[in-house]
Amino acid sequence: MTRTLAGEDIVRRIDAATPGAVIRAQGDYVHISPESIREVSRFLRDADGLEFSFLSSITAVDYVEYFELVYHLTSLKYNQSVALKARCYGRGELVAPSVCDVWRGADFQEREIWDLMGIRFEGHPNMKRILLWEGFPGHPLRKDYLGQDA
Amino acid sequence: MTTMTTTKTEPVTINLGPQHPSTHGVFRLRVTFDGEVIVDVEPVLGYLHRGSEKLAEGRTYVQIVTLTDRMDYIASMSNNLAYVRAVEQLAGIPVPERAQYIRVISAELQRIASHLMATGFLLNDLGALATPLMYCFRERERILDLFEMLCGARITLSYMRPGGVFQDTPDDFWTALATFTDDMPVYIDELESLISGNEIVLTRTREVGVLNDVDAVDYSISGPMLRAAGVEWDLRKAHPYEIYDRLDFDIPIGALGDTFDRYLVRIQEMRESIRIIKQCVRDIPEGPIRSDAPFFIRPPAGDAYAAVESPKGELGFYLVSDGGIAPYRCHVRAPSFINITPLREMLLGWKMSDLIIIFGSIDIVLGEVDR
Repeated sequence: MTRTLAGEDIVRRIDAATPGAVIRAQGDYVHISPESIREVSRFLRDADGLEFSFLSSITAVDYVEYFELVYHLTSLKYNQSVALKARCYGRGELVAPSVCDVWRGADFQEREIWDLMGIRFEGHPNMKRILLWEGFPGHPLRKDYLGQDA
Repeated sequence: MTTMTTTKTEPVTINLGPQHPSTHGVFRLRVTFDGEVIVDVEPVLGYLHRGSEKLAEGRTYVQIVTLTDRMDYIASMSNNLAYVRAVEQLAGIPVPERAQYIRVISAELQRIASHLMATGFLLNDLGALATPLMYCFRERERILDLFEMLCGARITLSYMRPGGVFQDTPDDFWTALATFTDDMPVYIDELESLISGNEIVLTRTREVGVLNDVDAVDYSISGPMLRAAGVEWDLRKAHPYEIYDRLDFDIPIGALGDTFDRYLVRIQEMRESIRIIKQCVRDIPEGPIRSDAPFFIRPPAGDAYAAVESPKGELGFYLVSDGGIAPYRCHVRAPSFINITPLREMLLGWKMSDLIIIFGSIDIVLGEVDR
């Protein structure tokens, strides 16, 4: 069984490596500040006993007051997983650091989030829309998006 | 008299697709060639984008099952399974044992059907037009017949429900399944004898389109493509869901991570699937096939991520509930979508005809890529 790393232990390790990054631990999730995503990711990928070399998925959720980025990481070596959440406040064009240079598997997934949710990833080598075309009005998965028949 | 001629080439950009038989759907590649050699590739996606994740936000949890059929439409059972597992996790719905066995049987049948299609089309892409494909389709047809017995549908199955499956198996399903599992190993041997030793296949696929283990993990590759690269990672073993922990089966892995390994891993996985199905048929208990889940499921506010090993790789659903009858957010971690991330790096330096088979060996379904 894949072991889910959660709670105080993993928080203490992340906090020691990247001070100030962790906001709190809640259930199976570790909440971190959006500015620290790349540092925390790099630490989790490289640290002894963690080695989260596999980025399972990145997604984003629109909670109206804020957007939440959700990262599911897996360590194939130790068969364990960890999930990170980072909140971006605001409704305009939001920016978060890209983790493309940590895991290249983030490439298309970050482009999808930009396309459908409107969060731009800084440091991404090719930050373009992926499913919709350039020039498409708005980001459809946002809760305030009105479709053509609305 | 001899004259010296120097050949001058210049890059030419060609659109492959969106309507092209070897793109397996509406997929477009903007490829730049220098002569025959690929110097740049840009995948252009989204021709089949229907906004499934947005549509899910306006449907009840049971209705969404039909949307999942239409993502990876050649492996609907696996999609159903991944989705209902996420709902069950979110709402805490138990699943009766018999239903879990039926689900594993149907998911493994689906894996065979999907791998048959991948193998048939790979041969098609190699230039062996239609004949090998028809061999594969002959067997796939029998699996579709079995699905028809289970739920009346053949492609868009919607067989699974949160809490179980929607109806019990008819009696003649078991006799048909037993004949199928007896016949199938012979057919796999036959198929393999036609392909694995074939000189043309070997020269065209050996050491072509190599993706090594380190890169595969870094690119978040999953499924047969990851295992072909030599990484022993299968969610059925790593994180056994349903009743996979009671079953005895192996995870085939490749050595090189080339096109041939990806083909061979799929062939071996079909054999393992038959083993799994036989064990399930032997052990399946009597009992209910569905727990008492209400039609309008209202999971408590919260979120859940559940993933299964679909024929293409790790298929995950991330659901967020606000306590209502429809999910607040439904995200699909689609293996086909993520598996084409390294496409550009895999294709650079190869030739036009290699492009088709390297791309074909990844085995994607556009319904899932674009969602």
